[in-house]
Amino acid sequence: MKGLPPVLITAIVLVAGFALCAMQFPNIASTRVVGNLLTDNAFLGIVATGMTFVIISGGIDLSVGSVIGFTTVFVALAIERWGMPPLVAFVAILALSAAFGAAMGAVIHVFDLPPFIVTLAGMFLARGASFLLSTESVPITAPVYSTVSDFALRLPGGGRLTAVAIIMLAIVIGGALLLQLTRFGANVYALGGSRATASLMGVAVGRMTVKIYMLSSLLAGIAGIVFSFYTSAGYSLSAVGVELDTIAAVVIGGTLLTGGQGSVIGTFLGVLIQGMIQTYINFDGTLSSWWTKIATGVLLFAFIALQQGLVALARRPVAKRAGAVS
Amino acid sequence: MENSPDSAASLLEVRGISKSFGAVRALQEVDFTLRAGEIHALLGENGAGKSTLIKVITGVFQRDAGIVRIGGEEVAPRSAKAALQAGIATVYQEVNLLPNLSVAQNLFLDRQPMRFGVVREGEMRRRAKALLADFGLDIDVSAPLGNYSVAIQHVTAIARAVDLSARVLILDEPTASLDRHEVEILFGIMRQLAKRGIGIVFVSHFLDQVYEISDRITVLRNGRLVGERETASLSRLELIRMMLGRELAETTSARASAGAQTAREVCASFEGYGKAGYVAPFNLELRHGEVVGLAGLLGSGRTETARLVFGAERPDRGQARVEGAPVRLQSPRDGVRHGFGYCPEERKTDGIVAELTVRENIVLALQAKRGLHRPLSRREQDEIASRYVKMLDIRPPDPDRPVGLLSGGNQQKVLLARWLATSPRLLVLDEPTRGIDVGAHAEIIRLIRELCDDGLALLVISSELDEIVTYSDRVVVLRDRAHVEELAGEAIDVGSILAAIAADGASVAHEGRA
Repeated sequence: MKGLPPVLITAIVLVAGFALCAMQFPNIASTRVVGNLLTDNAFLGIVATGMTFVIISGGIDLSVGSVIGFTTVFVALAIERWGMPPLVAFVAILALSAAFGAAMGAVIHVFDLPPFIVTLAGMFLARGASFLLSTESVPITAPVYSTVSDFALRLPGGGRLTAVAIIMLAIVIGGALLLQLTRFGANVYALGGSRATASLMGVAVGRMTVKIYMLSSLLAGIAGIVFSFYTSAGYSLSAVGVELDTIAAVVIGGTLLTGGQGSVIGTFLGVLIQGMIQTYINFDGTLSSWWTKIATGVLLFAFIALQQGLVALARRPVAKRAGAVS
Repeated sequence: MENSPDSAASLLEVRGISKSFGAVRALQEVDFTLRAGEIHALLGENGAGKSTLIKVITGVFQRDAGIVRIGGEEVAPRSAKAALQAGIATVYQEVNLLPNLSVAQNLFLDRQPMRFGVVREGEMRRRAKALLADFGLDIDVSAPLGNYSVAIQHVTAIARAVDLSARVLILDEPTASLDRHEVEILFGIMRQLAKRGIGIVFVSHFLDQVYEISDRITVLRNGRLVGERETASLSRLELIRMMLGRELAETTSARASAGAQTAREVCASFEGYGKAGYVAPFNLELRHGEVVGLAGLLGSGRTETARLVFGAERPDRGQARVEGAPVRLQSPRDGVRHGFGYCPEERKTDGIVAELTVRENIVLALQAKRGLHRPLSRREQDEIASRYVKMLDIRPPDPDRPVGLLSGGNQQKVLLARWLATSPRLLVLDEPTRGIDVGAHAEIIRLIRELCDDGLALLVISSELDEIVTYSDRVVVLRDRAHVEELAGEAIDVGSILAAIAADGASVAHEGRA
């Protein structure tokens, strides 16, 4: 419905890029590689879904990487040292992270502070707290971890759709439906259009802000659990800088950084593009993995320039009208 | 509750509303009555109190005194949302909808038809289409609102308000960004709504439109009610007099005519100066020791003339001269370089820097003129600041107080001091007495005369005709973005200025009928 053209462009970039990769390394075009790509980027896809809501509503959440890090440490310690059953540990950390997000949202609304500052504080807080829990990597040996890691749907062609990839796909689809079909979703767009106007039109801006940041932190918590499945360990330094990868995926997916426009599907495509670049570099073998960052940077520039162009085009007739009047 | 004879017919009753902002009394015991099914124009110049009145009625501001009744029941909305629930909807000039959402979402935001927690998109679109069809609009309601013209956005905003069961609809300058055809459509809708029994408050500075659409007119001036009249029985001259002038008897101008005989030196002159679509080409001579007043209604081209003279707007024709030498005024920098100063009307937004101190505000323009390489020492700054604080009697006389804490009149003096510190040859003042209390009013006027006696050339815009008459040596009257008349010496009085402003109205009305 909204922001279709940028999403289409993202899709074209993904398909064209994939085709180029496949031409050079035919093996890339296999379910095995695609399945691994989904698994490797599952946590990123989950956290980026939450970030999409935040950015469309006109905000930003810099704390997600730290929340992931904290979650892995908390889960590892809870299971291995404190003897909690894994399920209880998961519920506890999800409740904790949701409360953390709600608190950030409340602070942003009540004190009318920029989300950038509040979530930056949240980022330091969560990262610091995870160091407080443990400074070293804590391996997780609980049986449920190996069970989940071993679980996978067999894809034709030898690929595996792992449990974490399935969780990620479910969250992406659920997020897309929530954003496009519900009153909550419409209000997220409304907030991104203009908080003041949305408030005048009857949207409960404060409650929405709390809910949006709560959703983002909750998904960061889930991403943290997924990350701990992925690495079978909890480490306070894990997922450093992931908030920036996440923002990049959201923007490459066609979501306007200033809010009001975007989609979860676009974000998912943005995640896939980042994963694709990483995969290409792995296949090449001679390139440093830091080339992923460089390619992401270039793409980010291109998409921001593109969006500015589109926005300018959309505004032009209005500007002309206003000019004729004054 | 008292029962006046017409209370049955009156939908919205406002009685004795007062509102002050600090020392400034924005509204003083204003009454306003809106009947069901009428279109009621609310008129007044900038600062007359129209916006404040609307904001008090709609709960954006809280009133200091007075009551508001809707359908006989007293209401005191504390927010725009509460006002909406009480049946008062406002559509502002800058449409308060969300351009990034679809038209349908805008119409039904926060009250979409739902099923199983999911918005029924199809049902919502169908209802949106039906609602807009009532207003003669057939558009794709799933497209973003921002894709449509301002006119359609206005109609959407009105449709939303009416659908929210508004009984009172306030339209604040709804036609300012519409073309003639769109205005017709809007007027058609307004008439239709009035027929349904909705009371409409129409705020506009387009008098032709007011005469075309409104049943009654209420005029405010300086935060006070001037009068309420039937549109049909109110002549244009009388209306303009209500908006601009006080009683003619008061305005025996006691102007010093001593200087008038001596031929003064020309400070700056403008020949055939103008800009297409902004102000028609005009000739203007500004002489040392002389005040030239610019009179006209809001939107007549007064501020536009001032901005061209100062260089804030680029002309596309004509020649400017300063002390006889041709110059180009392409930017405010050029203006400052040639010794011009400009105190804009919007003091708060364009003029003072509220957080800085009196001293810092005063030296701002002088420092800018000198450039960054030659900073004023603290001692020089103190000297300049204290000189002007004394000279203009700025109170409290504390140069280190943030300007934001001063009253409106003293802020105006600080702004004046800023330009005087640059020793200008020409000073342009746009509504220098706007929004300041009566005492400070007289003082500013005295200052204008004094400055002028010191040889400064002054160009002053004011909506207060008596004021302009008091201090001007010559008065240029504007109408529809053109200079239409220049009055000098004995010829300056409120009556002749009013006649010059209104003359056009009469002729346009005749043309319109012909």
